Amino acid sequence: MGEFSCIVDNVVKEYPRHRALAGVTLAVPAGACVALLGHNGAGKTTLLKLLLGLTRPSSGSVRVLERDPASADSSLRQQIGFLPESVSFYDEMSGEDTLCYLARLKRVDRRQCALLLEQVGLSAAANRRVKTYSKGMRQRLGLAQALLGKPRLLLLDEPTTGLDPILRQEFYRMILALRGEGVTILLSSHLLTELEARTDLAIILRQGRLAALGSLEQLREQAKLPVLLRVTTSDVQELSTRLSGSLIVQREEQALQLAVAVEDKMPLLRYLLSLADWVSDVEIQLPTLDDLYRHFGHLQEEEGSQ
Amino acid sequence: MRTIAIIAYKEIRDALRNRWIISATLLLAALAFGLAFVGSAPSGTLGAKPLAVIVVSLASLTIFLLPLISLMLAYDALVGEVERGTLLLLLTYPLNKTQLLLGKFIGHWLVLLLATWVGYGAAGLAVGWSAGGADAQSWRAFALLLGSSGLLGASFIAMAYLVSSMVRERGAAAGLAIAIWLLFVVLYDMGLLGVLIATRGQIHEQIFPWFLLGNPADIFRLLNLTAFEQVRTFAGLAGLSGQIPFTPWQLLVALLLWIVVPLTAAIIQFRRREP
Repeated sequence: MGEFSCIVDNVVKEYPRHRALAGVTLAVPAGACVALLGHNGAGKTTLLKLLLGLTRPSSGSVRVLERDPASADSSLRQQIGFLPESVSFYDEMSGEDTLCYLARLKRVDRRQCALLLEQVGLSAAANRRVKTYSKGMRQRLGLAQALLGKPRLLLLDEPTTGLDPILRQEFYRMILALRGEGVTILLSSHLLTELEARTDLAIILRQGRLAALGSLEQLREQAKLPVLLRVTTSDVQELSTRLSGSLIVQREEQALQLAVAVEDKMPLLRYLLSLADWVSDVEIQLPTLDDLYRHFGHLQEEEGSQ
Repeated sequence: MRTIAIIAYKEIRDALRNRWIISATLLLAALAFGLAFVGSAPSGTLGAKPLAVIVVSLASLTIFLLPLISLMLAYDALVGEVERGTLLLLLTYPLNKTQLLLGKFIGHWLVLLLATWVGYGAAGLAVGWSAGGADAQSWRAFALLLGSSGLLGASFIAMAYLVSSMVRERGAAAGLAIAIWLLFVVLYDMGLLGVLIATRGQIHEQIFPWFLLGNPADIFRLLNLTAFEQVRTFAGLAGLSGQIPFTPWQLLVALLLWIVVPLTAAIIQFRRREP
């Protein structure tokens, strides 16, 4: 098994009316859980289609599990699971029939169907027609079909849209378990915060270009976004005169909100602690993936307007 | 091959589930029995007619009904998968578009065959037995009717697939399917008749029969009404067969072309389409 599950090398994808990807280069390490982020139309779905071999790049090359997905034989597809955005099935078929039909197409033992339905919590509804399923149930059936045949690579397009918070937690629990088994997972999303704790790597696309790629820590470093501190103090006036004015973001009645560069965080904390008697609490808020996403998005926008 | 069989099997199960097969079979059987037993009521007798007569009546019924049934069965085969969003998912499975199309085509065709053969077959057997058996030639004519009905249906299913591979919406596919039915079942013959009248029958008798090959429904008619002497007599075409420059085998090949050509075009068109 190679070091990378997917390698995208300088890929351009042109459609008759627009350019979906304008020279994207990236690699997804084997066994990683990767978030693919971007606004609508940033090229997320196009990238997934290229990885699935549903469409060919206008230029550049795509390698998936060391093969060219657009020309590889069916053995490659047996190793890939895909959950499309807002997945749909045949309304008149039952959940179990749907899954068994897809299992036969993927040459997977039918006994897996019952297990998978159990795993996604659809056993009780297995014999009901898909027409009667809720959005969440369809999404879970979609996940079940993606897991048919124990794929080595899972591509999930907006997997949590339409799921309520509890289902979403459940969904991520399953994804984490799969990562534990060594499955490479690439999931696209625009729901950012819930992904933070769970991804090894984030890929941010913006208007068909790679805006950023890296682990959360690396992206934070690159972005140089300030750390936010909320200092609760008995004397807001006194504290604000002692600190340089440029740090202060907002004044509250009993607290000050400060923004400080990452490298200045520790010196500032030491100073605050030395004032222990009237600084009663310090809350530290690191930049979230949301902030990073907005930051990298903006960068690109500014470049685009120049 | 196995992939095609899996897809075909699914189409057949779908048609069983939504009762398409049972309703089409009942419809065709009811009409066939009607033609066989009630059709003679105006003449004062209410009994079965010779099998050869049934073949003539069923051939006319088939020309009207079977293309319509085939087109309605198949018009949304491809565009329906696109609109539903299931095509995108299916194509990420270990199968290609040609396999998907062929699997669906074979499934739809078997569904149609089942309905036609069971429906017509029941009526044919009932007539044959109640009339105290029929001669071998009549049975052969009946078998030709069943077989060529299958080919006629396949040809209109193939045309429905071609339509389905070209349009973006199911509604457009339905409209075009109706247009195809009107063209081949109604307008084409009217047009030929118009040409005959306009030219006062002067159109060359060597050329005219070739026009009939431009329409699978006409090929079907020629094939069934002229292949056997028994049927020719009842169809009132006894003298005509001499003027038709095609053998039944040539007509069969022409009918096969009306399946293969649209189906190939549908495959080419469908493969070009990005999901």
